[in-house]
Amino acid sequence: MKRIPLEPDFNAWREAAREALHLGYRPDELDLQDSTAPVTLDLALESAGDPTGVPVTAPHTSKAFLESASVAAAHRDPQRWNLLYRILYRLQSNRNLLKISVDPDIGELERLESQVRRDLHKMHAFLRFRLVLEPGDPNARPIVVDESLPSEPEPHHLVLATPTPFGINRTELPHCDPDPLATPTPSQPDTCEHFIAWYQPDHRILPLAAPFFAERFSIMRWTILTPDASVSWDPAIKQLTFAPGLPRESAPAEDELEDLWRSYYASIYNPARMNPGMMRSEMPVRYWKNLPEVSLLPQLITQSQNRVSAMVTRQQQQPSAQPFVPEDHSLPELRAALPGCKGCDLYKESTQVVPGSGGAHARLLVVGEQPGDQEDLQGEPFVGPAGRILDRAMAELNIDRSKIYLTNAVKHFKFVQRGKFRLHQNPRMSEITACRPWLLAEIDTVKPQVILCLGASASKSLLGGTFALMRDHGKILETPYASQVIATIHPSAVLRARDKESGEQLYNFLRDDMALAWQTAAAKPALSPV
Amino acid sequence: MNVQQKLEILADAAKYDASCASSGAKRSGNGKGVGHSDGMGICHSYTPDGRCVSLLKILLTNFCTYDCVFCVNRISSDIQRARFTPEEVITLTLDFYKRNYIEGLFLSSGIIQSPDYTMEQLIQVAKTLRAVHHFGGYIHLKAIPGASELLIQQAGLFADRLSANIELPTQQDLVQLAPEKKSAIIESTMNQIAVRKDEADEDRRRSSRAPAFAAAGQSTQMVVGATTASDREILTTATHLYGQYKLRRIYYTGFSPYPAADARLPLKPSPRMREHRLYQSDWLMRFYGFEASELTSSDSPDLSLTEDPKTTWARSHPEFFPVDVNAAPREALLRVPGIGYRNVERILSIRKYHQLLLNDLKKLHVRIKNAMPYLITVDHLPHQQPTDSKPQLTTQLDLFAPRSALTGSV
Repeated sequence: MKRIPLEPDFNAWREAAREALHLGYRPDELDLQDSTAPVTLDLALESAGDPTGVPVTAPHTSKAFLESASVAAAHRDPQRWNLLYRILYRLQSNRNLLKISVDPDIGELERLESQVRRDLHKMHAFLRFRLVLEPGDPNARPIVVDESLPSEPEPHHLVLATPTPFGINRTELPHCDPDPLATPTPSQPDTCEHFIAWYQPDHRILPLAAPFFAERFSIMRWTILTPDASVSWDPAIKQLTFAPGLPRESAPAEDELEDLWRSYYASIYNPARMNPGMMRSEMPVRYWKNLPEVSLLPQLITQSQNRVSAMVTRQQQQPSAQPFVPEDHSLPELRAALPGCKGCDLYKESTQVVPGSGGAHARLLVVGEQPGDQEDLQGEPFVGPAGRILDRAMAELNIDRSKIYLTNAVKHFKFVQRGKFRLHQNPRMSEITACRPWLLAEIDTVKPQVILCLGASASKSLLGGTFALMRDHGKILETPYASQVIATIHPSAVLRARDKESGEQLYNFLRDDMALAWQTAAAKPALSPV
Repeated sequence: MNVQQKLEILADAAKYDASCASSGAKRSGNGKGVGHSDGMGICHSYTPDGRCVSLLKILLTNFCTYDCVFCVNRISSDIQRARFTPEEVITLTLDFYKRNYIEGLFLSSGIIQSPDYTMEQLIQVAKTLRAVHHFGGYIHLKAIPGASELLIQQAGLFADRLSANIELPTQQDLVQLAPEKKSAIIESTMNQIAVRKDEADEDRRRSSRAPAFAAAGQSTQMVVGATTASDREILTTATHLYGQYKLRRIYYTGFSPYPAADARLPLKPSPRMREHRLYQSDWLMRFYGFEASELTSSDSPDLSLTEDPKTTWARSHPEFFPVDVNAAPREALLRVPGIGYRNVERILSIRKYHQLLLNDLKKLHVRIKNAMPYLITVDHLPHQQPTDSKPQLTTQLDLFAPRSALTGSV
């Protein structure tokens, strides 16, 4: 058997294979091995026989075969050269061979090719660049400080240096002269930026992988280090330069941006849908050493269960005023019990609770949102600016304030302090829900014919969180709390209107809806539904 | 608030959108900025929930004027709010991209002021990335339903993919849980994208210099398990959307609880398997020639959680099987459980030169155990299906009785 040592390079194999075909070597008479592979004594002594096959002077091959073979050649399997020669030899007599995936040789070729392609894909995915600055910049620093090196004439000279059995392997990176006039932008960065990555692929794929990075990061100066080889890209001359391999320590140990990237990683997953098995199958542990974000994994995995159960308990224990509402719903009882309510946190900041007021058996019950600044100080509903708008509408409609019952969906003032002003804040849905038992108790004792909800908060309390105010205001709706509920805008919306004209328009909505509510309430209850 | 805090809030708010693909658009490097897409899509990392991290998926803001019950960002939800400036998003995208963390940007937003205003903000980010920084990576923009047609047309010039979310399987679900959203408006936005893309593709067939419009097409997402909609309804909606608007993908996201959710929503996540079965059915409809109506029936409108939909169909259609691997047409092979569409192509190509044996199928990684009862190879003939089992014979066969001699039955 004739043994031919090969450089681990596809073109070297092509040369050797063409020659062997020409001489007529059958696959079993030839052993193609990497020149780096160890040679045992009996192999070296084995006599090489003469070729017995038919010499092929014009070998047939196909584009598909060359493409598959050039990829499979990067595999570390020591038998790959022999496999490729065997297929090439068989291809001369069976030109459709490549299409028969179930053939053992073709199956093996496909296996090698797909493993290399997967390795390539993972390298494109899991390689991480780290930013370093090059000499020329005052902040530049050497990324490897090797004690055995003679001291550099310039303290900031960028050198990739590594001890090897044959001496120190030094790669000097070109000196960088940034254009002092050019202002760096994200797309045209300071030319002294240099990105370096270290990666350990399963197979010898660096030459196959590099063009991808050259196209993607063509304006960046970068270097990729692997144990087999390293490659640098110069954005000025658009060229890849290959050099010997370097160990992991030659690459920078971190990048400032990695903290930001970790924050993103920790925020983007959903703890309620943990599936670490899936993660491990797509991102096997052997790749983890390159990935800055995986340092968070143990913490994320152990915390997620707690985060989910905490979330669920919080939702089950929503705040409610129910424990503070007395069993007797008469107005004096309610008034007496209200100041003790701690159903939500709003009682802490406000001056006092603001109970409803008006006729104890009014036919119309009006629900606002919450007390404002004035109401909070005086302890009465609708006595501030919005109350004056309401008074104006009631005066125009000849409604006596004592004939109706006025109250709010939330009984405490919610605000933020800005200097000496207390700015009104919308109550949250959880606060509206928490306060609802008070409102329901008031409705229960007053037993109005009609309830008029002012604004979105009041409507949400009685008509559900998805009630659309501007679409459904002024309609008579039926709810479990009262057979006739009408919603309209809040008087404060009139105050907040952009200009006088739209203010008037909003005011008309309010007055008309209120008129409807008043007439409906005044009318005798219909005997049969209309 | 610094960028890191904003990133935490706005990535957290974006995580309920399942879409993560970066495939389908080819763009070669332009030499002036970073970035290219080779059409394959790359997952640069995986999170503990098993999802791929391909794009920087964030919201521009989680302030929102809408009150959709199923959404964590709805106006009535008690969450912390934040807003990125367009410059912050651009810097983040480029910095992450240069370190090979991501394939590009997936930018969405809560509705602020109006759909048009929101859409303009999103377009501004994409436009600056492309025009000023010559960014060649992947950009996925959310198309805000109800935004003007002009803005949608503009968005498609800078984005590789646009998506308008259908949100829930049926119009009734939307009425119930998302009062400001209407399927008619969402679908009209989808239609605008589809029509504009058709025009642009037509122009590009005539001249290669015509600008591309959303090269990777449009996708959508629906939340599954938040309402009572059955799998049958979901698949019917999916068929309608694929057919009408040429969607590239529909993402089915199983409902999962989130902080400060509305009391009307379930507290438990919908089973992950349901989502998986829906994706299987989705693939069967798109690549295997199945109709939505074949996969479920009105009697059992939900997919089985314990058995894959292809096997379910095969078991209930014994008359269709067995299929001869060496002779059957593509359509028949596609219906055999355990054989994927890639293997069907390989089988069709191999059998021209080589008669397939059971062992050959093993080499192709066909799931033999699932497939055996349904196929014929040179060396394999399945047993009679147990479904049409014959009554036990109690009498001995009469050798000379005319009928039994011919048919083997008594």
